[in-house]
Amino acid sequence: MALDYPLIWAFILAIGVMMYVLLDGFDLGVGMLTTQARSDEERNMMTSTIEPVWDGNETWLIIGGGGLFAAFPTAYAIVMPAFYLPVLLMLAALIFRGVAFEFRHKAVRPLTKRFWNSAFAGGSFAAAFSQGIMLGGMVQGIAVEDGAYAGGALDWLTPFTLLTGVSVAVGYILLGACWLVLKTEGEMFVRARRWALMALAGVSFCFFAVSLATLSLDSSIGDRWGFSMQHIDFATLLPLLPVPFLGLVLCIWLARDLWMVPGPNSAPDWRPFLLAAGIFLTGYFGIGISLYPYIVPFELTVWDAAAHESALGLMLVGAVIMLPIILIYTAYVYSLFWGKVKPGDGYHA
Amino acid sequence: MEFDALLLSRLQFAFVVAFHILFPAFTIGLAAFLAVCEGLWLRTGKDVFRRLYLHWVKIFALAFAMGVVSGVVMSYQFGTNWSVFSEITGSVIGPLLGYEVLTAFFLEATFLGVMLFGWNKVGRKLHFVATCAVAVGTTISAFWILSANSWMQTPAGFEIDPETGNYFAVDWMQVIFNPSFPSRLVHMLLAAYTTTAAVVLAAGAWQVLKGRTTEPTRWQMRMAAGTLALVMPAQILAGHWSGEIAHEYQPAKIASVEGWCTSAPVQGTVLVAWPDGSACGHSGITVPGTSPYLFPNLEEGEILHGIDAYPASERPPMWIVFWAFRIMVACGLGMLAMGVWGSFLWWRGRLDKPGLFHLAAVPAGAFGFLAVVTGWVVAEVGRQPYTVYGVLRTVDSVSPVSTAQVATSLLVFMIVYAIIFTAGVVYMARIATRGFDDQPPGAPDEKRRAPGSPLGAVAEPAETPEDIVAAQ
Repeated sequence: MALDYPLIWAFILAIGVMMYVLLDGFDLGVGMLTTQARSDEERNMMTSTIEPVWDGNETWLIIGGGGLFAAFPTAYAIVMPAFYLPVLLMLAALIFRGVAFEFRHKAVRPLTKRFWNSAFAGGSFAAAFSQGIMLGGMVQGIAVEDGAYAGGALDWLTPFTLLTGVSVAVGYILLGACWLVLKTEGEMFVRARRWALMALAGVSFCFFAVSLATLSLDSSIGDRWGFSMQHIDFATLLPLLPVPFLGLVLCIWLARDLWMVPGPNSAPDWRPFLLAAGIFLTGYFGIGISLYPYIVPFELTVWDAAAHESALGLMLVGAVIMLPIILIYTAYVYSLFWGKVKPGDGYHA
Repeated sequence: MEFDALLLSRLQFAFVVAFHILFPAFTIGLAAFLAVCEGLWLRTGKDVFRRLYLHWVKIFALAFAMGVVSGVVMSYQFGTNWSVFSEITGSVIGPLLGYEVLTAFFLEATFLGVMLFGWNKVGRKLHFVATCAVAVGTTISAFWILSANSWMQTPAGFEIDPETGNYFAVDWMQVIFNPSFPSRLVHMLLAAYTTTAAVVLAAGAWQVLKGRTTEPTRWQMRMAAGTLALVMPAQILAGHWSGEIAHEYQPAKIASVEGWCTSAPVQGTVLVAWPDGSACGHSGITVPGTSPYLFPNLEEGEILHGIDAYPASERPPMWIVFWAFRIMVACGLGMLAMGVWGSFLWWRGRLDKPGLFHLAAVPAGAFGFLAVVTGWVVAEVGRQPYTVYGVLRTVDSVSPVSTAQVATSLLVFMIVYAIIFTAGVVYMARIATRGFDDQPPGAPDEKRRAPGSPLGAVAEPAETPEDIVAAQ
């Protein structure tokens, strides 16, 4: 049986990007939430929940960039020039944020300390925002002529992409707040639940707004979900309806968990994070349904843009062997750092 | 010269890649050094090696973070600025970079967490395993990236799709182990070890000069001087090996490196050169008749081509290649001298007495970095006017982006890198020069402080054996 390499690689890439969104999503979210810290101790406690794992989390981003290069070079060659400036913003943001993890502890003078603290929080936001812009830019489509990007430098800048930019940032804040619920206790734990609840309200609104905007954006997305100007095609819509419905259920469930007074009968502390991840998954799945099988919407399918079969085959061998190993040791390292961080614990003592 | 998107993209790539390579070059060597220190500590139980480990791991954390963030830039740079190159070569070098991510990046990044934050959470052996995993990861990473870059220098094992013009591999072994790969991998790894050794030596020398000499200071200087004395001769041979391969596959690069004007069966060694109005374009001071000794493997009657053998459209920019090579060689010889001198002082028992050697060793800490950057300039500028040597021209590789966009990004990278480079170097130097004994041994409340600890950097933690026992 011949393997459909492009489809398999699209699937692997989708999982890689999903891993990135969930994992770096929570640490970028925590980064944004450090603006709410009331003292250096609080800020250090927040960052200590993510310091041992952020680097591994960010590596999934290289799967996004490097994997697109390796598996779909034609798409990479179109998408990257199209998002030249948002990519630049994301990279600059990630640079500042990445070094700030270390530098903010090494700075001695209050002014430089404040600078790196702001770079950490601001970089986290700018990275999330630019990723959201690129997501929106993908969904709204990219101008292609003769197999190359044919649009302008600012094609990505529309009200829709600003909306998706904010949405992704709010979504990451939700993940980050739920991560803090999982990893902290005491006053921080209580505050994190409140942040999560507020972020959830924002996410619910964004979920709704982006969905509506997407349907009106391009008729092919509307068609995919069974919506058109004249009528709703229920035969198309009904099988897909469980996806947004599940998202709605998870939102309500998470709201209920966060609303309850913490106590012996309340939800376990890991559940909000899991539910938040589930909300992300449904949203991600919804985007996947909208765009499939395009990798450069609505110009190139995964088969149009795929690398040569010899390249995809070789990499598939590597991915099949290495990805499970990577997942196993990643899980192992997470388990090493499992449990609540305490004020004055570990790295920051 | 017109400042168009092509030129700016080239400047930007040169800038971000030269900035990036400083950190991998340092961290590959430092990871190996840390693994050796921790291994020696476990093996001998000598506390000095544990102190060395806990000291240098803080600098490693900083350098690694800077390497990671500047490396992420690279993985997007191919697409943003060199999209045509990416599309054409993606099916050949894409998988090499893919394997780098799968086999190296995750390993390094994930176990770095254990290395920096697991000191009190995992046992000694497992912590050592984590350090080794990071060290091995950095080396695997060098393997793949050197393979990909060497393929651009000496492409092999591929064919061109007549329909699309894109390349695809027909023999992966030939692609991965392309002609220039083995020599260039060895050359780069040894460069990483010597770069780190020069830094470690410089930090030790500084501590000696400042009267902060302690047992770890002595050991780090011994290890660094010994490494330089042992590795530098091998490195010179590796560099020569690399040069012979380049002579076979990229003779125009070698003609520029050597500054040979005209083709001849016997060539001299040009020591320095300057531009003049002659047909060749320059004249210089030459030691005549050296080529039979430097290239003993030439076939009988083989002509050594000078720059005149190549039309202007096939020549790399000679002056950059010529001088970068000489700076690299001078730095290498300087590090060899420091290694031999330092080993001699060690033998005479004077390595920890401040003197001329220590004054020289401090600036020599930069020699490795200088040699790495100029060496890469020789390799990359010498490959011009091609991105894939002999097949794909640089002018045909660039993205269809506007000059304004590239100017913006270049400016942003220059500002951002200037800020983080300054801060990073200041913070690393602060730790490296402080020495080991300026802090009373671990007070009880410092017990749980991990290596790389933020406060530990401001106030050296100096864990005592009791701390470690208590923690485990």
